[in-house]
Amino acid sequence: MTSDEQQLDGNAAGGILGQIFAFEMTTAEVICANCDTVGPIGATAVYATAMGTIVRCTSCGEALIRIAHGPQRYWVDFSGTQLLQLYATE
Amino acid sequence: MERTALPRRLEWQLGRVVAVVDETPRVKSLVFDVPGWAGHTAGQHVDVRLTAEDGYQAERSYSLASPPEERQITLTIERLDDGEVSPYLTDVLQEGDQLELRGPIGGYFTWHLADGGPLLLVGGGSGIVPLMAMIRHRAAHTSTVPTRLLSSSRAFEEIIYRQELAQLAAIDTTLMVTQTLTRQQPPDWTGYRRRIDHAMLAEVAWPPSERPLAFVCGPTALVETVASALVELGHDPLCVKTERFGPTGGAA
Repeated sequence: MTSDEQQLDGNAAGGILGQIFAFEMTTAEVICANCDTVGPIGATAVYATAMGTIVRCTSCGEALIRIAHGPQRYWVDFSGTQLLQLYATE
Repeated sequence: MERTALPRRLEWQLGRVVAVVDETPRVKSLVFDVPGWAGHTAGQHVDVRLTAEDGYQAERSYSLASPPEERQITLTIERLDDGEVSPYLTDVLQEGDQLELRGPIGGYFTWHLADGGPLLLVGGGSGIVPLMAMIRHRAAHTSTVPTRLLSSSRAFEEIIYRQELAQLAAIDTTLMVTQTLTRQQPPDWTGYRRRIDHAMLAEVAWPPSERPLAFVCGPTALVETVASALVELGHDPLCVKTERFGPTGGAA
């Protein structure tokens, strides 16, 4: 996570997503707004930098979720997500 | 138990170091007492946050090495010479010190006894850590879920959990441990002497017809090689879960 373009798995976004949402987010299923690919966030590609975290579709590279963290606030951009399915248990 | 827990948001909490264990020359395990720890599943990780005096903060993710059965949690950390966080954790942090943690995190790269098997665990360097939590979870229940571990390290003395794995495999015929050493091998080494490749997986991994649950963790290059080889060999991509980590020294 020290270089600018360090690709990790969706698991790596679990911490910041878990701080924002009450649900387990790595098992949440996301549908890409660009190419309709469906899959768990844990299986996506994550680029994390000091500036923020970007969750990308592994099929087309679309930015599914963008999160930036500032003083006392988060900015969350879901414009690349068509639908998110959250599981109430597990 | 964690499966029926109510949803909750993660918060930073303080853990206190209760033990430091040398695993290899570059790897240490830190055991933490975390008051109010919510419990975890094998394969999950925590985020660690360091704050400098000027307010600068650095966060990193570390896999939990301890199984859910243990009350205290263990992180196994590889020292990266140019790292911002790991040298502090391995060289400076001592018994009694406190550290900010957030977790447990992740429900994707996890394994629970009820998920069954057979299990195929493939790790490179410190990528073995979350796999060890699964092996320890399995051992805590004297489970006989057939399990094969393929672990890649640079040299014999860099094999993390070497003795514990050898001991577990010696008493458990359903656990098979295979080590490969990529850079240096002892003179009497009879195991593999190269990076994990297609041919090695064809020999060590379960036949695809057994439908193993595969967990692959390590540096990006290793994870990609292993995941694509497994799919080429006929394994179901949905049963191959990966966790890659950043530039952590290219352990394998």
